[in-house]
Amino acid sequence: MQQIINFVLRYKNFLLYVFLMLVSIGFTIQSHSYHQSSFFNSASWFTGNIYKTSHNLSSYFNLEKENKKLVKENTRLRSLLFNKKNTRIVELDTSQLSYTITSAEVIKNSFAHPRNYITINKGKKDSVLSDMGVITSEGILGIIENVSNHNATVQSILNEKSNINAKLKNTNHFGSLVWNTENFYTVQLVDIPRLVPLVVGDTIVTGGMSSIFPENIPIGTISKFDLDNSKSFWRIDIALFNDMTNIKNVYIINNLNRKEVLELQQKTDFK
Amino acid sequence: MISNYYFINVIRFTLLVLVQVLIFNRLNFLGYINPMVYVLFIYWYPVKQHRATFIGLSFLLGLFVDFFSDTMAINAMATITIAYLRPTIMRFVFGVNYEFQSFKLSSATQVQQFTFLALLIVIHHLIFFTVEIFSFDNILLIFKKAVAMTLATLFFCLLFSSLFSIEKK
Repeated sequence: MQQIINFVLRYKNFLLYVFLMLVSIGFTIQSHSYHQSSFFNSASWFTGNIYKTSHNLSSYFNLEKENKKLVKENTRLRSLLFNKKNTRIVELDTSQLSYTITSAEVIKNSFAHPRNYITINKGKKDSVLSDMGVITSEGILGIIENVSNHNATVQSILNEKSNINAKLKNTNHFGSLVWNTENFYTVQLVDIPRLVPLVVGDTIVTGGMSSIFPENIPIGTISKFDLDNSKSFWRIDIALFNDMTNIKNVYIINNLNRKEVLELQQKTDFK
Repeated sequence: MISNYYFINVIRFTLLVLVQVLIFNRLNFLGYINPMVYVLFIYWYPVKQHRATFIGLSFLLGLFVDFFSDTMAINAMATITIAYLRPTIMRFVFGVNYEFQSFKLSSATQVQQFTFLALLIVIHHLIFFTVEIFSFDNILLIFKKAVAMTLATLFFCLLFSSLFSIEKK
C-alpha cells in the first residue's frame, strides 16, 4: 500500500498528464463518431457572445460590398418574378408552404481545417434547429449542426464529414458532394456513373433526394473530371460559386415536410 | 509578489486566448496559415512554479482555444504535451544552469531562448496536425502544414516576446 502511494506521489505529474490526455482523446473521439460534440462548439453562450461583439465591431467595414451582393440578388429574383408566365399575387397562406426561410449573419468563419464549422447569429429563439440547410445568395453553404439559444454552428461543405446529395443541372443523374480537404475553392462530386456524358463547365445543383435542401440550389461548375479507381464512376472537381472565404449574409432553410419524409423512410427501412 | 504572479498570468491567459481566436485564427495567410501564438503562455510561465498547476492551466488554455475554433480537444492535447515536456526541454536547452534556484529565462542567451521556443512550437504543431489530419496517407501534408505553421508561429512569437519582454528584475 505504502508503495502504491509512493508511486502515485512520485509520478503525480505524469499521471495528471495521462489523465488529461485521456480526457482530451475522449472528447475528440466522441465528436468524431457522430456529431460535433454538443458541448464543445462555438455556438455556446460564452463563445457566441464574444464572437458577436467582435462581429459587431468589424461588420461595418464591408457593408458596401454586401449591399451590392444583396441588390444583385434582388435584381435576379425580380426578373424571375416578372418573367413568370402565369403571374398571380401570391397569397400569404402559410398552410401551403413547404419551406420557410430565415436570414442570419456569419459571426465566425473557418476554412483552413479538415473539419470546418461556421457560427451564425441565430439559434433556438429564432426557431433554428439542427439539420436545417444553410445557403447564401450564390449557393449552398452547409447544414446546421449544433444550436444554442442565440447561436448555431453550421457544418460547412468544406468539412470531410459533409455528404450532400447533388446532381447535374437539368438531368436526374445524382451523386454525393464531398470534400477532399485540399482546396477551399473546390469540392468533389462522386458516384456519378461513367455512362453520363460530362463537359467542363456543367452546372451542379442540389438534388431532390435530400430532406434538407430544396432541389436546384446552385453549387458550382465542373472544373475537372476523371474516372475513379473502380473505373466505373466519375470523380468530379467542382469549382464553387460561393467564395467560402468571404461570407456574411446567409439564409436558413427549414423543410416543413422533413419530419414526414424521415418517418416514411424509417418505416420503409424497417420492412 | 505571489498575487502579482497570479495577476500577470490571468491577464496573459485571457489576452492570449482572445488574440488567438479573434485575430490569428482569421489570418488565413495563403489559405491555411493561422499562427498559434498562445503557445507563448507555456514559454513565459514562471520556471519554479508548481508543475501540476502548470499542466492544469495549459489544459484549460488549449481547451478554451478549442471551444472557440470548433476543434474538439486537439489544441488541449498538444498544449498539455508541451507543458509536460517543458522541464525536459529546458534541461536539454539550458543545461545545468536550469537546476539553479536563481535561474531566469531572461538571463539565458538569445540562442538558448530561441531554441527553447522553437522546440516548444515544433512539438506542439507536430502533435496538433498529426491528430487533426489523422491519416498516414497524408503524412506529407502533415509535415507541410507543420513546417509552414511553425515558421509563421515562430515569427510572431519572437515578435511578441521582444515587444513584451518578461520581467527585468
